[in-house]
Amino acid sequence: MHSSVGHSLILALPLVVIAAFFILSMLERRKLGSLAPVSFWRRNGIAISSYLVIAVGLWTVIMIVLPQLYMVDLSLRPKLTPAQTGGPRDVYTLENYHYFLYGSTTSSANWNTTHIKAFFLTIGASVLVTILNFVLCYPLAFYMAQVTTRARVRIFMLLLITPYWVNEVLRAFAFRVLLGSQGVINTLLLKTGVIDQPIDFLGLDVGLYAGLAYAYLLMMMFSLYNAIESLDRNQIEAARDLGAPWWYIHWSVVMPHAKPGIASGATLVFMLNAGALAAPLVLGGPRTLWFTPIVYDRFYQAFNWQQGAAYAFILLLACIVFVLLVLRLFRVGLGEIAR
Amino acid sequence: MTAPLTAAITLDHVSIRFGDFLAVDDASLQIAPGEFFSFLGPSGCGKTTLLRTISGFIEPTQGRVLLDGRDMQGIGPNKRPTALIFQNLALFPMMSVADNIAYGLRVRGLSRRARNARVDELLDLIALPDQGGKRVDELSGGQKQRVAIARALAVEPKVLLLDEPLSALDLKLRQHMRNELRAIQRRVGITFIYITHDQGEALTMSDRIAVMNRGVIEQVGDGRSIYEAPCTAFVASFVGENNAFIGKVMASDDGIAVVETPIGLLKGRNARGLIKGSEAVLFIRPDVLQPNPPSEHQWIGGRVSEMAYEGSLTHVAFNAGDTGQKITMTLGRTDAAAVPAIGAEAVIGYPVEDALVLPRESFGRD
Repeated sequence: MHSSVGHSLILALPLVVIAAFFILSMLERRKLGSLAPVSFWRRNGIAISSYLVIAVGLWTVIMIVLPQLYMVDLSLRPKLTPAQTGGPRDVYTLENYHYFLYGSTTSSANWNTTHIKAFFLTIGASVLVTILNFVLCYPLAFYMAQVTTRARVRIFMLLLITPYWVNEVLRAFAFRVLLGSQGVINTLLLKTGVIDQPIDFLGLDVGLYAGLAYAYLLMMMFSLYNAIESLDRNQIEAARDLGAPWWYIHWSVVMPHAKPGIASGATLVFMLNAGALAAPLVLGGPRTLWFTPIVYDRFYQAFNWQQGAAYAFILLLACIVFVLLVLRLFRVGLGEIAR
Repeated sequence: MTAPLTAAITLDHVSIRFGDFLAVDDASLQIAPGEFFSFLGPSGCGKTTLLRTISGFIEPTQGRVLLDGRDMQGIGPNKRPTALIFQNLALFPMMSVADNIAYGLRVRGLSRRARNARVDELLDLIALPDQGGKRVDELSGGQKQRVAIARALAVEPKVLLLDEPLSALDLKLRQHMRNELRAIQRRVGITFIYITHDQGEALTMSDRIAVMNRGVIEQVGDGRSIYEAPCTAFVASFVGENNAFIGKVMASDDGIAVVETPIGLLKGRNARGLIKGSEAVLFIRPDVLQPNPPSEHQWIGGRVSEMAYEGSLTHVAFNAGDTGQKITMTLGRTDAAAVPAIGAEAVIGYPVEDALVLPRESFGRD
């Protein structure tokens, strides 16, 4: 297929989807006849209705749908010189995805181990950081939501939020200063004689994991807090009264109740981690190649936007599939997450 | 104080303080095994606090709680032989009915087979056989109620504690559940401790009742003695309808006191032996008053102000003398027929020994 078809397809697709929804709603109203609820337009008036439809429509189409569709389109094109654009070589191709797997646009002889390894490292490490975040946040969220007083909760919230006024890049470099071989911690340990050689925290990726865990901690924190806060304290007491030890109360009552919150927190943290750029760039050890810097390099070092788009899509798709699988595993519906 | 072996629960001078607030003040009583015992009082009187202390969620500031003669100090709610039914029931919504009932058994490490057998037994007891697979939110209010009871009974507690469990139900169901609760208690034969602010519930279900006010147990006794022979002004006014007249004892002779009230001198039984000059409240139940009283009765003059016909009973409001203080009476059909029309002057009266003179204490001061 010649690639000039693509752009018209990108523009037509959202319109077709919108039209389809519109027709569906019309059909449903017709089926309901006089039972149909007051229409959206009549209920809100023409002015407000138009504003809502246009604002939401433009937001969705221009900010979300079109750029993503354009990137998909881009990822399926070969890298061409301006002269070749529109020529016979300007056709849709999977060569960018092929490159991710084999390190070449044509040959399938060798696996592209560097990139594949980085990809799985990113997924695996994101899972680890998500688990770490959960372990860190759950006790605090439970304490805030069920144990302590309202006044204390406000103080905790303030203490949790204010550090995030510091921007991500500054925070990442601050971690470098803290954990570097001449950093605060090493200096302290050396001076007190606990160690005689500085520990290479950054090389061991301690800095990277700490930075990542810290960066999206609040997402986990608030999701868990909201979920646990809505639990009726009597249920905890009832379990206790029936003889349950504390850990079993958490396992059998608190966590099942908080499952949607745990799922939404974990999903957010995982997605954000897998796509994080600043922390891996600044804090990643020399032996750790994270996937996002590779994507970044495709765009700005290799100047191959087509390949960059393909890489970014591989990451996005993998994350979505992974998250859906995990949700399935824990029997959480997508709708529950949004609660 | 050593508890006799027969007491299922002994409260030994229990006081509970939250900061400056004294929630329970020196409560002492014993509850026998198999007894249906109620704590009755207005909200904030300390009855729930006392219940939570018995179940182990609160440690008493002073005094001891003994279960079966064993001091419960330092023993948490998960280790006590009590089970609590919460006001909102606190069933686990993410579990099935059977899993709810089996929760305590699971905690105790019973095998699945033993659990299932016990759950079936309990579902029969609460008359919900074969409903174990349902979700909790598929049940009606009364059914949830019964599941909560089964969940608590599953762990075979020695004492079942119930914290106003019927308050969320509608009137009809509430009355039905009273009988049901009483029947379940007879069948399982363990001690029930029931918390309520509803005197009807307390009177109909309990073997004995403790009436509480402001952290103090004012009176303990069976329903009849609480209603007919209240010891304090609070009990007299809280349990059942009562006309109260605050005044001063002017004379006391042969168990009869004369009280100077805003509507004049009234006679009544001096149950607590108040001496002349004491501040007192004279109580007259609406059902001891009658129109056209014989001469040996205490007479009160005034006007009929309202009448509400309710079939077998008629409620009459009466304004005493020229003070306008309202007196209510409940009359049977014959007496009601003798009441003059609204607005007419009339004389009502009561047998002197049916009115009760009690010390005023804090009655009517706030």
